[in-house]
Amino acid sequence: MIRVSKLTKDYGLRRAISDLDFNIEKGEIVAFLGPNGAGKTTTMRILCGYMPPTSGKAEISGHDVVDQSLEVRRIVGYLPETVPLYPDMTVFDYLMFMANLRHVKDAEDRVDEVLEMVHMEDRASGYVANLSKGMKQRIGLAQALVHKPEVLILDEPTIGLDPAQIIEVRNLIREIGKEHTVLLSTHILPEAQQVCDRVLIINKGRIVAEDTTVGLQARLTGAQRVSLKVRGEVNELVPKISKIPGVLKVTPELDNTLEFETSPSNDARPQVARVVIQSGYDLLEMHMSTLSLEEIFLQLTRDEPSSPSLDESATLETEEER
Amino acid sequence: MHNIWTIAQREYRHFFISPIAYVFLVVTLLTLGGFFFLDIMVASQTMQYVPDIQRTLSLLVFPLLFLSVPVITMRTIAEENRTGTLELLLTTPLSDWELVVGKWFGSFLFFLTAIALTWIYPIILNRLISPGLDRGPLLAGYLGLILFVASLTALGVMVSSLFNSQIAALFATFGIVILFWVIGSPAQVMSPGIAADVLRYLSITDHFYNSFLVGVIRIDDIIYYLSLTAFALLLGSVIVETRRWR
Repeated sequence: MIRVSKLTKDYGLRRAISDLDFNIEKGEIVAFLGPNGAGKTTTMRILCGYMPPTSGKAEISGHDVVDQSLEVRRIVGYLPETVPLYPDMTVFDYLMFMANLRHVKDAEDRVDEVLEMVHMEDRASGYVANLSKGMKQRIGLAQALVHKPEVLILDEPTIGLDPAQIIEVRNLIREIGKEHTVLLSTHILPEAQQVCDRVLIINKGRIVAEDTTVGLQARLTGAQRVSLKVRGEVNELVPKISKIPGVLKVTPELDNTLEFETSPSNDARPQVARVVIQSGYDLLEMHMSTLSLEEIFLQLTRDEPSSPSLDESATLETEEER
Repeated sequence: MHNIWTIAQREYRHFFISPIAYVFLVVTLLTLGGFFFLDIMVASQTMQYVPDIQRTLSLLVFPLLFLSVPVITMRTIAEENRTGTLELLLTTPLSDWELVVGKWFGSFLFFLTAIALTWIYPIILNRLISPGLDRGPLLAGYLGLILFVASLTALGVMVSSLFNSQIAALFATFGIVILFWVIGSPAQVMSPGIAADVLRYLSITDHFYNSFLVGVIRIDDIIYYLSLTAFALLLGSVIVETRRWR
């Protein structure tokens, strides 16, 4: 559906993206993941025909984004990062305007349809200026959907929303993804994990990893990590557990918890449980912990310690846990 | 055509959703009406001259349209650019020139509405004086006015496509309009020759005050305004196009 090869874009002397290569198949939901300034928006703008690349090629449904820009724009729905609405229009008029620009037949019916899809039918006659941020985001989505695009490109669709709205928009995207090919960008990892089939991690204009969310985890976790919680001080347990064959590494954590790694071929968990009990501790909890996408992300983009996106993803993760 | 009309329609409606249109129309019609009233009063008291529509029309051109066209056109593209809606428009199947022409046409239709409303003055005047108004200069004057506004609006939209800031677009438009306004002046003190002819030809006022306003319809004046309009719109499209490459 989307084929990108050797895509490069320079802004003056600054190279925003360099030699990007990736393909997206029909019906996939793919996340573009990366810190701010990694080149996500630039790539998306090129894909929807807003600006041409410096070099390289991008095709959507076999149409070149530069040479057949109008064809591409006909089959792509795009939601830019700053949701572009006209505050002086009513929701219905705005969507009619977009539907007309997109040559939608029976525009009124279709507008009613997309309003229903984003659950905004009761606000159709209200002015855009009076909508909340989450509602504006949904109208932005409705606008991108109004012409039944084959491909949907969403730039940071959940940015600036409250947790309830985030969940709502994510569900909506998943729903939409059943019928459309979706490429969305985000710097929030759980979002990519929850919504998408596949993740492209981009940093400093290059793709640093590309895999399914499951595959990415498996690839980066050589060992199984197990988290253990006991009643009492764990520090004395550390040397005992370290001695057990099959245990590779033990690290004490806060709250009477410790984490150990065990090789998948030689599972040490039963032994560890026995040792804990025999040492006179109460075993409260033992569970496998897989490497979170956050950690994978940090590993892949490690040379950028002060990335602003990390703080933000951390706060958003706590929201997720609530 | 469909795209141009969609853009123009939104543009035109925008004026009437916001207070812009009403304030503009009230101020314009009040100013013209007041002047028109004074003109008739002075004429009837002094019995020195017969009031005509030319004086009202030239007041409409300067200062009313001279001041209001840049103010109305300044936001057309600059505002879309600032709020990011330009990105939205340029990712729909809408070509750059359709956007610029649509924007121009919407603003132009708005001024046409204003000009149409000023028809009330010739209608009143026609009843007051006998044997009525001379139709020729009246129609020529209005034709000239429409062409004049078309080119001013096109210049304004073109300048608006250059900027993110409406205020910058406003002052730049004033600059360009003033330039076209006074460009013929040096020709009056220059020795006759090609340079003087070119300057006089470029003057936006020469083609109006000395021809349409006095009832003359000349094909080269019509061509002047049409080509100025077309040139400004073409330049505007090129500017929007280059924006993609930046």
